[in-house]
Amino acid sequence: MEYEVVIGLEIHAELDTRSKIYCGCTTEFGGEPNTHCCPICTGMPGVLPVLNKTVVEYAVRAGLAANCAISSFSKQDRKNYFYPDLPKAYQTSQYDLPLCKNGYLEIEVDGSVKKIGITRIHIEEDAGKLIHDESGKVSYVDYNRCGVPLIEIVTEPDMRSSAEVKAFFEKLKSILEYTSVSDCKMQEGSLRADVNLSVRPKGQKEFGTRTEIKNLNSVRAIVRAVDGEARRQISVLERNGVIVQETRRWDDEKGESYSMRDKEEAHDYRYFPEPDLTPVVVDEAWLDKIRSSIPELPDERRKRFIAEYGIPAYDAAFITGSKPLADFFEAAAKESKNAKAISNWIMGDVMKKLNDTGLEPLDMPIKPESLSRLVSLIDENVISGKIAKQVFEIMWDTGEDPADIVEKEGLKVVTDTEEIRSIVIQVISANPKSVEDYKSGKTKAIGFLVGQIMRETKGKADPQAVNRLLKEELDKL
Amino acid sequence: MELTKLTACKAADKIRKKEFSVPELTQAYLDRIGELNEKIGAYITVCKQDAGKQADNIQKKIDNNGELPLLAGIPAGISDNICTSGVLTSCGSRMLSNFVPPYDATAVKKLSQNGAVMLGKLNMDEFAMGSSNETSWYGQVKNPLDYGRVPGGSSGGAAAAVASQMACFALGSDTGGSVRLASSFCGVVGLKPTYGAVSRYGLVAFASSMDQIAPVTRDVADCAAVMNSIAGHDPLDSTSRDYGHEDYTLSLKSDVKGLKIGLPKEYFSGGIQKEVKEKVLDAAKVFESLGAEIEEISLPLLEYALPAYYIISSAEASSNLAQYDGIKYGYRTRQFEDLVDLYKKTRGEGFGEEVKRRILVGTYVLGAGNYDACYNKALKVKRMIFEEYQNAYQKVEVILVPTAPSTAFKIGEKTADLLDMYLNDVYTVPVNLAGLCAISVPCGFDSSGLPVGMQLIGKPYDEGTILRAAFTYEKYTGGNGGIDCGI
Repeated sequence: MEYEVVIGLEIHAELDTRSKIYCGCTTEFGGEPNTHCCPICTGMPGVLPVLNKTVVEYAVRAGLAANCAISSFSKQDRKNYFYPDLPKAYQTSQYDLPLCKNGYLEIEVDGSVKKIGITRIHIEEDAGKLIHDESGKVSYVDYNRCGVPLIEIVTEPDMRSSAEVKAFFEKLKSILEYTSVSDCKMQEGSLRADVNLSVRPKGQKEFGTRTEIKNLNSVRAIVRAVDGEARRQISVLERNGVIVQETRRWDDEKGESYSMRDKEEAHDYRYFPEPDLTPVVVDEAWLDKIRSSIPELPDERRKRFIAEYGIPAYDAAFITGSKPLADFFEAAAKESKNAKAISNWIMGDVMKKLNDTGLEPLDMPIKPESLSRLVSLIDENVISGKIAKQVFEIMWDTGEDPADIVEKEGLKVVTDTEEIRSIVIQVISANPKSVEDYKSGKTKAIGFLVGQIMRETKGKADPQAVNRLLKEELDKL
Repeated sequence: MELTKLTACKAADKIRKKEFSVPELTQAYLDRIGELNEKIGAYITVCKQDAGKQADNIQKKIDNNGELPLLAGIPAGISDNICTSGVLTSCGSRMLSNFVPPYDATAVKKLSQNGAVMLGKLNMDEFAMGSSNETSWYGQVKNPLDYGRVPGGSSGGAAAAVASQMACFALGSDTGGSVRLASSFCGVVGLKPTYGAVSRYGLVAFASSMDQIAPVTRDVADCAAVMNSIAGHDPLDSTSRDYGHEDYTLSLKSDVKGLKIGLPKEYFSGGIQKEVKEKVLDAAKVFESLGAEIEEISLPLLEYALPAYYIISSAEASSNLAQYDGIKYGYRTRQFEDLVDLYKKTRGEGFGEEVKRRILVGTYVLGAGNYDACYNKALKVKRMIFEEYQNAYQKVEVILVPTAPSTAFKIGEKTADLLDMYLNDVYTVPVNLAGLCAISVPCGFDSSGLPVGMQLIGKPYDEGTILRAAFTYEKYTGGNGGIDCGI
C-alpha cells in the first residue's frame, strides 16, 4: 500500500536578548555553572518576575516575519510540573492566548512552492540543565539557562516529506537569523525541534495516530528522524500493528527512535494564568515600530542578489538561506569585481571548512574583506588558483590578510621570464627521455615536463609563461 | 513612663524631642519580649543584637540632628513570610525552617529606610494558611487577652505582638483576611491595602493574585504612617501600581459629614454572634451621629465568596508551593531512594496538614477534568463579586461590616470542624477577591471582655477615605483605649 506521511513541527528558539525573560541576568551561553543566575531565575521564595519588554518585541518580530497575526492582548500562564531543572516547579509560558498566531511560510521543494501554516508563536522561559555525575549516584543542576527567553513555534500538520521539513526548518531558521531574533546556534541548543508525525494510507482523509519525537538539535537529525519514524510507523501498520500515541526519543547514532516510557508522560500540566504578571499588551504604535524594524528577509534578498551582483539563482538561494553567509557574501562582494568568484568560494571551500570544523557561519574566522582580496589576487594574476587554496588554509587558521600571507610565504606567481627559462632549461636537460618522447610525437610528454617545472617553482610559476617558454626551448633542440 | 504603651506616632514625636532614646525604647520592647514571648509565642526569631545596632545607628543620626525619616527609631515586628536579609524566614513551616533569604522584601527595605528598628520575625499560620494560628510549625500563638483563646490568623503573631506591646507595630500579610481577623481578635488596627498598593516583592507567595503585605498597628494614625512608608509602585513587582498615593496622615481629618456608608444586610445575618452584630450596628449609629449617611445595601453574592476564595487561593498555592521540593533550599528528607521518593518524603514531612490539604484541593481544581467546573467558575464568581462591589460604590463610599462573625474562640475549638473554621473568613475574603482595601478597627467588647472588630471597606486605592472614617470613629469613641492586656 502507498502511504502518506503527515508532519508538524514544534520549534523552540532561544531569543538573542542580552538579559533573561524575567530578571536582569545575562543570557550568555556557557559560564561556570550557576554564575548566570539570581534569586529570581532560581525561584527563591518571595521573588517576582518582571517581563523583559525586548522579549515581546523579538517574538513579535518573528511573528511578523512569519506572516502571523499579532495579538494586541495576550497573557502568560503557568505550566506546572516537578523536575530539578525547573526551580519554580512551573514554567511560565503562554497557553490559550499566544502572542502570535495564524501565520505561514512558503517553501520550495523540487521547483514547486508550498505554504506551511504556522499555528502559533508564544513566549516562554527555558529551564536549567542537569549534569549527571559519572558515578551515576549524584546529579548536579546548573541554573544558568533558567529564564533564558524562548519562543515556541508550532506549525500546522502541513508537511509531507523530510525534504519539506528540511526546507521549512531552514527557511524558518534563516528568518529568525535575518530578524536577529535568535542566533540559531544549534550546537548550543539555541534552536531545537520536536517532530509530530503520523502516516495514513494515501487518499485517506483522517489523520493516523501521531507520535512526537522530542529535542532534535541538528537538521540532519531532524531529517533522519522523520524518515526513520515514517519507516517505523509504516512497518508497524504493514504488520497490522497499532501506532501508540507517545513521545519518542531519536538516537541519531543508532538511527532509531525509542519510546520514552517515562512517568513524566502522564502529565496534566494544570495550566492557569500567571498571577504575578500582567497581560501582554501590544498597541498599534508599538506594533508599527516593531514592523519598521524588520530588515530585508531572505526572499527579497535573494532576488536582489541576483539583480545586483549578477550571481546565478542557485547561488543566491543557497547563500541567502543563511543570514551570516549572506552578510558575509555581501560584505565581500561589495569590495570585489568578481561576485561570482566570491559565491563559488563560499559555496565551496568556505562551506567545506564549516562542515569539517562544525563551526557556525557566524563564528567564521576569516573576514569578508580578506576573501575579496584573495579573489582579487587571483584575478590580478598575483597568485594562481592552486596557490590560492593554500593561502585560504592559512587565512582560516590565522585570520591573516591574504596579501600578507602571499608576501611572507613567498607565494607570488613568478612571471620573470629569465627565471622561468632557466628552470625550463634545467628540467629539459634532466629529462632527456621525455624530451625524446616529445620529439617522436608523444605530445603527452609535455604535461609531464610542465609538472616538473611547476614542482621546481613550487607551483608559483605563471602557467602560461611556462607553456610558452617550454615550447620555445624544445623547438630550439 | 511605660515606653511600650506609646503608639508609633507618639513615640516618634518623643524621640525627636529627646524625651528618651531609641536604644531605650528598643530595649523596653526587647525586655517586654523577654518577659512575654514564652507565654504568647508571637515571635519565632528575636533579633536582639541587630535591633540594638539599628537603634544605636538611628540614635547617632538624631544626636547629629540629621534629617529624620517618618518612623525613626520605632521598633517593629515582621511576619515570618516576609523576607529579611540574613534572618530566618520560615513562613511558620518546617519546610523553610532553615531558609535565610539573601534579600529584603521591598516593604522591609522601605521600613528600614524610614528608620524603623526590626525586633524580629513573627509567628503565623504555616504559609499563611489558617484563621487561628494553630497550624504553625513553631507552635500556637496565644491571644494576649486570654491565653486560652486564639489570636486569629494567619498573622496571629503580628496582632498578638502589637496588642501585647511586644512590637510598636507589625507587618503581616492578608490574603483572605489574615491581618484583619487577627487584629479584630486581638483588639488592634489592621489594614488590608488595595491589591497593588504595596509591593509583594519578598512576600513569600500563598495566593499571588490576592496576597498583600498589611500593617497591624495600635491606632489609625499609626496605620496611616506605616502605609505612607510602605505603599507605592515597585519596579520589582509588576502587579504593584504607581497610583501616586496621597499622604495618608494628611487625610486623617476627624470628619465624616455626608460620608455615605453602606450596611450590606447579608453581612448581619446567619451565623453571626449577637454581640458582634450589636457592636457594629452601634458603630454605624456613631457614624450617623457624626453626620454620615447610613444606607442599607445588598451584596447577595456573599455566600459564594468563601468557596470561590478557597478554590482560587488553593489553586495558586498548589503552584506556588510546588517549588519546595528539597532540591534547592529549605527542608530535605534524610533518606530517599530516588528523585520521586525525595519529593514525596520532603513534602510529606516538610508541610503540615492544612498546607497539604490546600495543595491537594488546589491540584484537584486545576486538573484537566475539573478546571472548568471549579477553577474557571471561581474566577467568574470573583469577577461578579468585583462588579457587585463596583455597583455598590455607585451608591456609597464606604461599606461597614463586621470583621468576623465572632470574637476570638478557644484554642482547639474549631480544629475538628474545618468548615466552621473557614467561616471565620466569610466577611473578609470578598475584599481580597474584589481587590479592595479594608481596615479592621476595634469597636467594643463582648460580654466576655473580648474585642469586637468592624471592617470599613473602601474602593480600590481609596485607603484615604477608610482611614479618615476609622480615625473619626476612633477619636470620638476613644478607640480601644489602648488595650492593656492586664499582663
